[in-house]
Amino acid sequence: MGLAPTPVATREFPARAGLEAARRTRGPESPKWGATILFLAPAGLLLLVFLIYPAIYTLLLSFNRGRNGIFNEWVGLDNYARLFANQDFLNFSTFPPSGALWNNVLWLVFYVSIVIFFGLILAVVAARVRYESVLKAIVFIPMAIAATALAVIWKFVYSPDNIGLLNALLGTVGVGPIAWLGDQNIVNFALIAVGIWGSVGFATVILSAAVKSIPAEVIESARVEGANERQIFFRMILPMVSLPISVLAVTLVVNVIKLFDLIYVMTGGGPGKASQVIAFTMYQEAFQAGQWGYGSAVAVIMLVLLTPIMIFNVRRFRAGSVT
Amino acid sequence: MSVLAEGIAGARPRTPAGRAVAALNRTAIHVFLALIGLIWLVPTLGLLVTSLRPRADIQSTGWWDIFNLHLTLENYSQVLQAQGMLQAFLNTIFIAVPSTILPLVICAMAAYAFSWMRFPFRDTLFLIVIGLLMVPVQVAFIPVLIGMRELLPALQLVNGYGAVWLAHTAFALPFGIFLLRNFFITLPPDMIEAARIDGASDVRIFRMIVVPVSVPAIAAYGIFQFLWVWNDLLMALVFVQNSSKFPMTLTIQSLLSQYGTEWHLLAAGAFLLMIVPLIVFFSLQRYFVQGLLAGSIK
Repeated sequence: MGLAPTPVATREFPARAGLEAARRTRGPESPKWGATILFLAPAGLLLLVFLIYPAIYTLLLSFNRGRNGIFNEWVGLDNYARLFANQDFLNFSTFPPSGALWNNVLWLVFYVSIVIFFGLILAVVAARVRYESVLKAIVFIPMAIAATALAVIWKFVYSPDNIGLLNALLGTVGVGPIAWLGDQNIVNFALIAVGIWGSVGFATVILSAAVKSIPAEVIESARVEGANERQIFFRMILPMVSLPISVLAVTLVVNVIKLFDLIYVMTGGGPGKASQVIAFTMYQEAFQAGQWGYGSAVAVIMLVLLTPIMIFNVRRFRAGSVT
Repeated sequence: MSVLAEGIAGARPRTPAGRAVAALNRTAIHVFLALIGLIWLVPTLGLLVTSLRPRADIQSTGWWDIFNLHLTLENYSQVLQAQGMLQAFLNTIFIAVPSTILPLVICAMAAYAFSWMRFPFRDTLFLIVIGLLMVPVQVAFIPVLIGMRELLPALQLVNGYGAVWLAHTAFALPFGIFLLRNFFITLPPDMIEAARIDGASDVRIFRMIVVPVSVPAIAAYGIFQFLWVWNDLLMALVFVQNSSKFPMTLTIQSLLSQYGTEWHLLAAGAFLLMIVPLIVFFSLQRYFVQGLLAGSIK
């Protein structure tokens, strides 16, 4: 589902990427300013104009009414206060809670854990059969496809009439039909299922590489000494793939915070506002409702949610291990 | 293949009962994996079959009704011509090609500077690039859009492809620079040093040595970026405001909101959107997977 890449070392991209390695590389003794500017200016200019300056502008605009996107009335924290008072954004007064940010929490809990679970199971189990590569390719296909196409595929599967596969299957055992995308209690889980379907292949490929990196002799000798399959999985495989799992988890969390296309195409945030997520709220408030200051506040919340991961990445990189 | 591959077979049970259990386990594994394969294939297959069935059939029976199969390409010709998917297909190409080539060139140049040139604050600047990896595009949308509309109205960026090219290029930079630099610094220093001693300029070293030996890495990143842009909806939604320039993702989205249950159009449209990524995936699977796995989070 148009997933983000993740920092895992492969043969083509070895992991020796820390600053230590960079320091050892030799440039000429004194900087050649002309060449340096030539090589860096295009990237630097674009980053300044399209990323750094706009980020500061958006941060400031979130403290402004921001009519038509310009600074016309400073309102302090009013946009944030309204945002968190808005029950469509976050509502703890009901059980279960609801709102766009809460839906991101649902995604975080179910999508991230189930994708990792399935990915690990498939990585380990598929390694035991001869058709492993075919199976991995099949599960990986959704990764190549646009979220927009995934949305069409699954809207069709979920179709509430007799032509929808899922309701037809349930009909044979006398259940349904269920309005998967029309019921506000079900819609988020129906969407999360699509997200899982789209991402398991990615998890499988990453974890499969990690599982295979465990030396065969280590597992063989454990087996010879009488360890059973369960012990081998929990005591040997799991600890050795914990680092790739944490990297995978970070990538999936980032996907959840940035999640937009699938929701926008599949449900438009509906029924009502039941399946909205934070990136959807940002788009809608800023570009459809014309609430630029308020929309900026939502964007800043997204940035704040991603900041711990930003710090995590920078720290990890400074430590010299991008793995 | 590791010992894991032998799995349960490798345990070699000695008693007949143990062998029976092992066989049962093997069968369970095959059944489980077959089920997984079906769950991952059938939804897409169903849409493919639907895209080839006449409208009347689609409305009356499920696609799995294969005893009544009449195949037609009518849906494709209708969606391509009457619904403008042919234009949208071309628009997607017009958006995706420059939005791949520009970041490739700019990222490779910056990555070279970060790997093989010496200048003040190099490491600090590179840490900033890593930090920018996590900045969501939403944070830049409003100012960039306003800037394009208010400050540069003469350029008509949002009425053409200019805005979306620039936005895709700029937002691709942190990841592309990061990825390519991680590859460039693994090149042997002696190779670069030797060229320098021979008096080669940085431009020459970049063009004649670093780029040619980094083709696999650059290709992997290029494929990743191309598919990213090809599949994108959000950036086009914000930065392409002229409906005659809409890419396929936007056209399908508007088809869906106009004719929510006209599956003959939606199925054919979705397959037109999927066809190029699927070809890329099956023909360049190795590069594709590597591009996706390497580097860091976008």
